[in-house]
Formats: sequence, structure tokens, C-alpha cells
Amino acid sequence: MRYHDSPFTAIYPGVTCPMIHIKRVVLDVLKPHNPNALDFTTAIAEKAPGCRIKLTVTAMDEKTETVIVVIEGEQVQFNVITEVISSLGGSIHSIDEVDVENVPVDTEPA
Amino acid sequence: MASMIADLTWLLTLTRSHVIARRYFVVNGFDGALTMLGLLVGFYVSDEVRLPVVINACLGVAIALGMSGVSSAYMSEVAEKRRELRELEKAMVADLGQSAHGRAARLLPVVIACVNGLAPLAISLVILLPLWAAPLLVEPLSLLPLESAFVMALMMIFLLGVYLGRISHTFWLWAGLRTLLIAAATTALIFAFSPG
Repeated sequence: MRYHDSPFTAIYPGVTCPMIHIKRVVLDVLKPHNPNALDFTTAIAEKAPGCRIKLTVTAMDEKTETVIVVIEGEQVQFNVITEVISSLGGSIHSIDEVDVENVPVDTEPA
Repeated sequence: MASMIADLTWLLTLTRSHVIARRYFVVNGFDGALTMLGLLVGFYVSDEVRLPVVINACLGVAIALGMSGVSSAYMSEVAEKRRELRELEKAMVADLGQSAHGRAARLLPVVIACVNGLAPLAISLVILLPLWAAPLLVEPLSLLPLESAFVMALMMIFLLGVYLGRISHTFWLWAGLRTLLIAAATTALIFAFSPG
């Protein structure tokens, strides 16, 4: 997510916009048994190039399972991740951990 | 087109519906092949049946089998997929209409219905090929269209058996011979009960 895309920009117009990069997100997700953990993670990885995804199943029910999804990368596109999870039938219960970095604009890669 | 096929394959795998489609293909394909075999044997034991009558009757039955396969599978699969989606939505406490599961519930009944309808139709049309090609064939095949179609029916039934053997990882020849045995029993029964 870019800093100047956030609602913060509307509150502080004209402020020099540094880049906010999401480096790590830990999500608590409820998902159906299908797609299975491997297909689920692969589908997320396909839409998140450069990211490393780790999934841990924490609880199993008759038709659903609760999983902890850890997404790490230089610039995690959170909106894309949530869309993929929704399209796979999953729903995000909570964001358990985040690691966000403020990258100065002049060090931003071209 | 390629992405659409990939999407449908993914949805089939996601809902494990490829197993249902495969089962429908074998069940209704076998139905079509055995029905054609029965018709051909029935015409064979009847005296002096003209070839156009045989072709029209067999074609009518093939189309009816296809239509029956499409409509029955569509209606039952729509009901089943809707029920599965509703139960999953209840467990997830969420609307899954826009998810892959929702798309699967809308699209897969059509795919499964097509498999169920096209299997007997396509297999029947292959069996009928010798009847259409009879005027083009050289002797003695041109004189024996019913017999040639009968052999074609046996071949299709054998191939369906081989396919079943591949699915169940059993010896293909034994699986093929088992379905041929059913065809032989059907033929014997028709001969036994024919008034001629």
C-alpha cells in the first residue's frame, strides 16, 4: 500500500509522501476444506509475486478449517490477498500481526 | 478459450466434481452403447428391415438418450450443488455467491449435464457410422452394415471396459472382457426372447 493512497493523505494534504510497505501480515482465516492447504496457498502465491506464504491449520470442523496465513514480502499487496482469499471461499477473521516499513522516497527502487 | 477450460478444470477439481463427471460419462456412455447394441440385434433378428429405417430409429434413440442425459443430470446437479453451497455458506456464516464455490455451483451443473448427454450421443453416433458408410464401403462390408455396426458397438463397449479398468487400476483386458460379457448376455437374451 502506498502512503499517499491512504486516508491519511486527505487529512494532511501537501505532506511529502513516504512509501509505506507492508512486509509481513499474519491473518486468521476461516476457509472451506476445499481448496486444501496446498491449493489455497498456491493460489495466493500466484497473485502475490515475490511473497513468501506460510499456512498453518489450527482447527478443523466438519466443513471448515481455521488457518493462520503468514505472508511476507518486500511489498505485500494486502487488497490483492484479501480478494484472493474471498474468491477461494475464505473469510478473514482477524489480522493478528503486521510488520510495516516506512521507506523514504529517495531510496525507493525505480 | 484456454483460460475458460483451465478455470472449469480448476472448479471441477475444487469441488471434486471431476469424479462425478467421469462416473456419468461411463454410466451413460455404457447405456448408449448397450442400447444401440440392443437395437441393432433387434433389427437383425427382424426380417427384411430397410437400412434407412434402422438408421432413423437408432438416430432417434441416440438423440433421445442425449437429451435425457442432459436434462436429467442438469436438474439433479443444480439441486445438489445448490444444497452443497447452502450448507457450506451456513458453516462459513458468509455469502459465497461470488467465490469459486458459488461459480462452481452455477457452472458445473452445465458441464456435468453436457458430459452426461454427450457421452451416449457421441458413442451411439460412432456405432452408427458403419450404417451411414455402408453405401461407400466395398464388398463384403457394404452388404453387412448391421453386422459392422454390431462389431463397432462391441468395440465401444470393450473400450469403455478398458477405461474402467484404467480407473480402477485393474488389468485392462480383463476389465474389457467383463463388459463384453455383459454385451454377449444382452445379445443372447434378445435372441432368446425374439419371437422370430
